[in-house]
Amino acid sequence: MALEHADVQRAAHLARLGLDDNEAARYVDDLGRILEMVDQLQRVDTDGVAPLAHPLDATQRLRADEVTESDERERFQRCAPLVEKGLYLVPRVVE
Amino acid sequence: MHDKTLRELADALGAGEFSSRELTQYLLGRIDRLDGDLNSFITVTFEQALAAADAADAARARGEAGPLTGLPLALKDIFCTQGVKTSAGSRMLDNFVSPYDATVVEKLAAAGTVSLGKTNMDEFAMGSSNENSHYGPVNNPWDLAAVPGGSSGGSAAAVAAGLVPAAMGTDTGGSIRQPAAFCGITGLKPTYGRVSRYGIIAYASSLDQAGPMARTAEDCALLLNAIAGHDLRDSTSVARGVPDYTAELDAPLSGLKIGLPKEYFGEGLDPAVADTVREAVRVYESLGASVHEVSLPHTHYAIPAYYVIAPAEASSNLSRYDGVRFGHRCDAPADLIDLYKRSRAEGFGEEVKRRILIGTHTLSEGFFDAYYKKAQQVRRLIRQDFLDAFEEVDVLMGPASPTPAFDLGAKKDPVSMYLQDIYTIAINLAGIPGISVPAGFVGGRPVGLQVLGTHFAEERLLNVAHRFQQATDWHLRRPAFAEENA
Repeated sequence: MALEHADVQRAAHLARLGLDDNEAARYVDDLGRILEMVDQLQRVDTDGVAPLAHPLDATQRLRADEVTESDERERFQRCAPLVEKGLYLVPRVVE
Repeated sequence: MHDKTLRELADALGAGEFSSRELTQYLLGRIDRLDGDLNSFITVTFEQALAAADAADAARARGEAGPLTGLPLALKDIFCTQGVKTSAGSRMLDNFVSPYDATVVEKLAAAGTVSLGKTNMDEFAMGSSNENSHYGPVNNPWDLAAVPGGSSGGSAAAVAAGLVPAAMGTDTGGSIRQPAAFCGITGLKPTYGRVSRYGIIAYASSLDQAGPMARTAEDCALLLNAIAGHDLRDSTSVARGVPDYTAELDAPLSGLKIGLPKEYFGEGLDPAVADTVREAVRVYESLGASVHEVSLPHTHYAIPAYYVIAPAEASSNLSRYDGVRFGHRCDAPADLIDLYKRSRAEGFGEEVKRRILIGTHTLSEGFFDAYYKKAQQVRRLIRQDFLDAFEEVDVLMGPASPTPAFDLGAKKDPVSMYLQDIYTIAINLAGIPGISVPAGFVGGRPVGLQVLGTHFAEERLLNVAHRFQQATDWHLRRPAFAEENA
């Protein structure tokens, strides 16, 4: 499946990754060759093969619904770029 | 002291030949003198190391020393370490001081080990040469013009250069085994779920696994004893007892059935590497093993499947770096979208962006079935290849990498770099364990023999590797770099 400039810009936007047009042009080429390599998968007959998500086919373990974590907001916010009164600050979203 | 194994150092500490503080100071001195030429450490934790060494010496004086008490090691900078910068080799986390310890870090500290610092790596563990680090490339102590391999390149180079006797790495597609091979040390990737991933900065969660890198299989066994086990904080860790991995090291190999996958000796393999591996297999025959050709028919599809699954998981895992809660944040964002986009554009390096874009594209609407679902189906076929082979033989052997370490800057094209991992990547897709063992040299650069076993066959792999190291001395060879600077 060929890759267009618009595909790269779309993926960059979905991933919230700033790319200028020059960078995007470079990635069209790189990603195109990677996808060409990946397209070899289409040659494999996988009819009736269940997808494998976990190498041991394990499923998510459940536990009792009990509080096990303590409130460590202050400690965890020490590595945040900008906080005030326990809140993470970002540019205004709603005017 | 710099070329001893963990076991030898433990014996010397036990006999009172020197203290953990003396050993730690000596190795910190070597790091200070030599690491300028290697760049294997991102952070050296001088003060914490000496404090931990003193605590270990005090424990020993009280008669409370365990097998690892007072032994120095290093941690790949992907293991969250409380109060210490944990960068994952990325500008994104250059300012990140972890508020908590990874389970592996906690367990190694509880065992009395002394961490000397955090080692260099490809950014977010994405790479096979350590050239993708924000902190610059690492040089291979066997030849400073060569790469150490990746992504655990700093850990491998530090052990090979005698800066530490052992280091922890992680392996998502070969990142323990390939650098171990390139640097002439022993590196074990355990079964998926054997070691907790809690606090290990995530790359591809269904493939990531931590393991030891050291001079001998015996040392790897000692370390695996300390780090393996179920962890309530990692839902994918396996609830299964942990044996004493040193117990079976000396078991005889007579009757061992070795399979040589024919696909691992085909096109693209350096003939001199093939000869080195076949020579190692002959050593096993002399120890009583029999050799059988086997086939892993889907080998060719492992790299394509990996480059769908790993980037897809990475694009999801790395969405947490948003410039809001931790990590890099751009200056003066105009609005929230600008904050996300510029923080991530500035914080991530080129290879990381490439994989985020691939993963986002293949998971996006209209592409999911053709890429992600297809790759997961092929993944099952790849795993089945191994399970079928292990019906016939006990272990598989082959090269860890198609060539010895290549030169820095030699592989500029991403796809040719990806193809380097042809012999290691399928193992992560299947979730089985693998170990790389020093088996010789080509052009003065080390070659690794890779030994593979079925799920939870770590004891067997360590036994098979240990017996080889009793019969050969490849693992005892040291680079001139380490000896001239002794």
